[in-house]
This record gives sequence, structure tokens and C-alpha cells, in this order.
Amino acid sequence: MRTSTRRSRRLGALAAVAALTTGLLAGCANDSNDGSSASGDGGGGGKGKTTLTIGTFGVFGYKQAGLYDEYMKLHPDISIKENVTTRTDVYWPKTLTRLQAGSGTDDIQAIEVGNITEAVQTQADKFVDLGKEVDKSQWLDWKTAQATTKDGKTIGLGTDIGPMAICYRKDLFEKAGLETDRTKLAAQWKGDWAKYVDLGKQYMKKAPSGTKFVDSASSVYNAALGGESERYYDKDGNVIWDKSTGVKKSWNAAMTVATSNMSAKLKQFDPTWDQGFAKGSFATVACPAWMMGYIQEKSGDAGKGKWDVAAAPTAANWGGSFIGVPTAGKHQKEAIALAKWLTAPEQQAKVFAKQASFPSTPAAYDSLKPAAATTSYFSDAPITQIFADSAKTIPVQNFGTKDQPIGTAITDVGILQVEQKGKSPDQGWNAAKAEIKDVLGQ
Amino acid sequence: MTSSKQALAHPATSADAAPGSQPGAARGARGRGTPPPDPGSWRSRLYRWDMKASPYAFIAPFFVIFGAFGLVPLLYTAWYSLHNVQLSGLDHQTWAGLDNYKNLLSSEFFWNALENTFTIGVISTVPQLVMALGIAHLLNYRLRGSTVWRVVMLTPYATSVAAATLVFTLLYSWDGGMINWLLHFVGVHPINWRESDWGSQFAVSSIVIWRWTGYNALIYLAAMQAIPTDLYESAALDGAGRWQQFRHVTVPMLRPTILFTVVVSTIGATQLFGEPLLFGGVSGSKGGSAHQYQTLGLYMYDQGWGIGNLGKASAIAWTMFLILLIVAAINLLVTRRLRKSQ
Repeated sequence: MRTSTRRSRRLGALAAVAALTTGLLAGCANDSNDGSSASGDGGGGGKGKTTLTIGTFGVFGYKQAGLYDEYMKLHPDISIKENVTTRTDVYWPKTLTRLQAGSGTDDIQAIEVGNITEAVQTQADKFVDLGKEVDKSQWLDWKTAQATTKDGKTIGLGTDIGPMAICYRKDLFEKAGLETDRTKLAAQWKGDWAKYVDLGKQYMKKAPSGTKFVDSASSVYNAALGGESERYYDKDGNVIWDKSTGVKKSWNAAMTVATSNMSAKLKQFDPTWDQGFAKGSFATVACPAWMMGYIQEKSGDAGKGKWDVAAAPTAANWGGSFIGVPTAGKHQKEAIALAKWLTAPEQQAKVFAKQASFPSTPAAYDSLKPAAATTSYFSDAPITQIFADSAKTIPVQNFGTKDQPIGTAITDVGILQVEQKGKSPDQGWNAAKAEIKDVLGQ
Repeated sequence: MTSSKQALAHPATSADAAPGSQPGAARGARGRGTPPPDPGSWRSRLYRWDMKASPYAFIAPFFVIFGAFGLVPLLYTAWYSLHNVQLSGLDHQTWAGLDNYKNLLSSEFFWNALENTFTIGVISTVPQLVMALGIAHLLNYRLRGSTVWRVVMLTPYATSVAAATLVFTLLYSWDGGMINWLLHFVGVHPINWRESDWGSQFAVSSIVIWRWTGYNALIYLAAMQAIPTDLYESAALDGAGRWQQFRHVTVPMLRPTILFTVVVSTIGATQLFGEPLLFGGVSGSKGGSAHQYQTLGLYMYDQGWGIGNLGKASAIAWTMFLILLIVAAINLLVTRRLRKSQ
């Protein structure tokens, strides 16, 4: 008898604990709901509130430009949460698996330009056709074309693009006895990246001690390739990387840099690269619009007014993103509305003002105003005009499913071997070739 | 020294005895003390059922979780490794048979990764264990504030891989890194630690050594304190110095512990992943421009998540598993040999 009463008491206690826990959990859930709605619209309304999530990588600038708060004010029944994964190489595989599992995706997912073709060719049925929801003529043609399938389905709306310029240190150029005026400089290297590299040779003759002309050979390669229409794939999706004229030209420019002591030999986005900005150890860097904020942050106050911006040798694009709405999302209608709003010209202009990410909608170009701090940081250069001019003449580029791994193989294996291990350009090319064979599973 | 050793040794033995004997004894006592009143009743049947089934219910959570998160993925990976699966097309698997394995065995990158795993494993494990043994020996002396020293030994192990590797990456940076700066004073030209073949392997190993030496030292220390002091006393009477005592008393008595740390470190070295990945920076999964420090773990990650070839990545995973089994078998053989020779 004793045992049985003890057991029943124990059971009672267990039930009590279970009831308490579930009660507590439910309480927590309620609390957090109340909390978010209160912070969203100041405590009013709150009934039937929809939380939209947006998955991004890196800094998209929406939060920084206050767009989420603005949208939530306009739509009190919506609250927005951004899930940021800093590294693209982590973000994309994760997103791919979730898309295919049909669960765990955010209501809106960002897609990087290097992955857009893979998304278009393999994941189109997992995204809502946004082409029907918007006026596609708002965007640059080539931008929308990248996110559109052969049968005309548009899976993503263009956010920013990466029109190219050259950011250079005016003070270092002066010490090296080079031209410092941005229009005259641009004229000196106009039309060919080889001319830009030639100027580097001139710079190195009288280079201020401890400085090099450019941060890395890979950055020259990426910048030059961004202006070529022929990249790794042809129009029909066949791999042509080893025959491509664009790759050949860009490779040659990069090889001159890698073999001639004008490079600081840094790897972009490494901590040491950041230090290079801070120490001023290189005089130029190919800068797509999105990189301006980065330079400002890493060079710090010491670089203020010393940086200047000149037009790049060729109109080129490097980077840029899209946002799409997965069909697995629970709030598709609301997500489509938000995606439309975020990518509309007015909002893109606001992001530019804050983050200098360049709009993909030409309608925004007339009203563009960079932040005052950015303008003065870059010696009052007419940033808006330089980037807009570049953006309008960027050639249409064909992307493929394995664009990103092929690019990594060329820059982080081929070019790096020549630049940092002292291999010959031929050896570097062969190493990249072996790597790409492995990537393509040949 | 004597008292602290005994104090530490004693609770260890009682703790060893506790989990095995107590619950069973208690259960037995209760079973004998309260015989079921009516053997045919529902309650007594429930009671007997409880006696038989409860132990299984208690151990079930582990096996359920292991089944869900260990066994199923393991078998699923084996299934994947026999297919051609792309990350972007999980629904479109095609049967590939042993192609992924054949592909692997003919790939220079695989053999390179295997070789790197081995060399990095050796140059990180051997110095690490030797140093740990030495440090443990020093900590075993009577020291002022010995707890502080022991805690300090464990701090590297407590730091995250990411934080540690980031600091090491900056130390090893070829332009402006502290190590090259120090080398400059002895007239050595700056070394490109990340891109040179042996330099990068050395750098990665040093991170591993830094993180794990203290951990192993504490294990050795615990074992050393369980060695009876009279062994040392009689050795001292026979005229053995400190070094001779270490060689002829400490090391033989530690043999099982050393073997344990060797096994654990070998498994750790085979799975080395975080340090080289983060050391490589932006495209770390390549393990350097010439794959000079790409380990098997990195190669698998690069194939699966960098390139998106999940079939091949699964094949690498299974190959690693088989390699670990072989390593375990070798360890078993060596252990048996050692026992016999004792």
C-alpha cells in the first residue's frame, strides 16, 4: 500500500510539473507575442498581426536605412524580422536545402547574383512568379533577365547592382608623382584594364614606402571580368570558361599584377585586407558601389578626404542581389507586397543614401543623393554620376549554374598560386583547370 | 604531496564504485521487502511489468536520439554516396553505384587531403602529448597556487575555435603579423604562413596544440596523482633521480592513460575541420591555393557545400568512417600487445 500511495503522489507531482511547464511555455509565447506587437506599432491594435521574415546575407541596408520601421508604420498589422547569415557560402547551401524541403524558408529570401542562374534553372518552381506582380520595365533589362526563366517566370526582384569605379588614394598618387585629377585619370586608363595596370608600373617606380598600387590581383580580375559579356558560360548554358575571351583578357591583366610586385597580395574580405585599408598599404582598389561603405568603415577617420573616385576603365558590374518569395512561405500575399515595396525606386534610393548600394531601377537615378559623410569622405567626387554612367552601359552577361565555384577556383587557386606562391602563370592556369574539372565533376 | 594525492585518489575510487552497485541494490531490497500480496492481481502484474520494462524505458532516450540523429543519417549518407546527388536537385537522384568512390580514389585532391590529415595529425598530436606530459609532471610538484595553474592550463580548451583561430590568423599574417615581426629581429625573411606548404601546416598544428595541450595535461595530472607514493619513495631509496623516477615510475604507470589520450587525439586529428577552415579565411574550405592544408573534413565540406556535389561528399564521409574504423582496429591491436608485454 505504501508504495502505491507514493506512486500516486509522484504521479500527481508529475502532472503538476507538466501542467506548470506547459503553462509557463504558453505564458512565454504570449509574452513574446505581446512584446513584439508592442514594439512594432507602439501598443495599438495587435490583433491578427502577421510577422514576415526576410533572410539575407551580409549588409543589405534595409534595417540601416530604417525601411523596416517605415513599412511597419505604414502597415500596422505587419511586423518584420530579418534573419542575417553573414557568409554567402553558408547562406546559400542552407537556403537551397530549405527550399527543397519546402519548410524552414523565410517569407522573403535574398539571392546573390552568383547564385541566381542556379536558382532560375533548378529552383524556379519553389518561387512565386513576381513578374506578374510588378512593372518589369522599372528595372535595368539585364538585371530582370538574370532572374527570369526561359518560359518567362521572374523569380526575384532586383535589389542593388555593383557598377564599378576605381577608388584611389589621392595623397599616395601625389607622392608617386601621378595625376590626381579624377577625370584626367579616368581618361588615362579608359577602355582597357591593361592601361590601368600600366599605370601601376609607373606608380611602383616612385611608390611611397610600404605601399603598393593595388590590393590584390584577384580584385583586378573580378573587376575586369565584370565588364565582359563572355564569362564562364555561353547563352545556352554551356561551360566555355577556358575558351572565353573575357576570362582570357581579365586573366592576363591579373597576371601582370601578380608577377610585377605592384600588389599588396591581400585576400579580399580577410581581416588582413581590412588592416590594409587602415594602414593605407595600397593606393587603389576596384570599387563596386557597395564597397564604398566598406572602405569608409575600414579606413576610418584617417582616410577621410584622402580617398577619391574615378570612372573604371570599362563599365562593369560586380555583385548585386535579388529578393524572391518562396512558395513555401505562409504569408505569400504580404511577402509579395513587402518585396515590391523594398525594391521600388524610392526605397532603393533611400538605401543608396545610407549604404551606397546602387539601385537597379534607373528611375531612382535622378533623385540619388549619397550621404553627406560619404561625399566628403571621397573628396566630394560625383559618385552618383560616375556609378550611374557605368550602370547604364554594363553589358548583358550570361551566368551559369556553377558560376561561383568556378570563379573561386580561378581567383583563390589559380591567381593566388601565382601571386603568393610564386608559380608561373601557366602553372596557375593549370591548377585552376584541375580545380574546375573537379568542380564540374568531369 | 602525499596528502593531496590520497585525497584526490580516494573520491575517484568511491565514485567509480557508486553507479554500478547502488541502484541495483536498492531495487533488490525493495523487491524482497514488499512481496506482491496477490500474484494474480492486476496490480502485481503491473508491478512485475514495471520491474522488467522500466530499465529499458530509462535507457531508451539515448537510443531513440542516437537512432534519429546518428544511425539514420549514417545510413542515409551511405545511400547518398551510391547516388549522383546535387545540392540544388535533391529530388533528382540518379543511381551511380560505386562511381563516387572510384572518382574519389582517382582524385588527386582526395589523396592530398588524406596525406595532409595524416601529417597535420602527426605534427599536432605528438608535440601536444609530449608537452602535456611534461607540464603535468611539473604541475604535480608542490606549487604555490596550484589550482590557479591548473585552471589556466584549461583556458585555451575553453575558448572557442573561432576566436582562437582568428587571433592566430592575425599572428601569422605575412604582412604585419606578430610572428613575422619577431622573426625579422633574428634576420629571417617574412614567411607567407598561409600559402607556404610546411608553414601553413605548422600554423594549423600550432592552433591545435595550443588548444588541446592543457586538456591532456590535466588528464595526465589526474592519473599521476593516483600513482602510489611508496613507488616513488622506494625508487628514491634505490637512488633514482627525478628524471629516472619520471622514466621508470611515472611513464609506465601512466601507460593506459597515455593510450587513451592517443586514441582520443587520433580521432580528433582525423576529423580536424574548424581550425583549417577558419585559418583559410574567405574560401577556407579549399585549404589554401594549392590545398596545402586541406584535410579530409575540409574536402568533404568543400565538395558538399562549396560545390554542391552531395553524392561525392557522402562518399568522403563514409571513407572517413572506414578510416576511423581501421585506426580503431590498429589501436586495439597495439593495446593488446602492450597488455601482454606487461
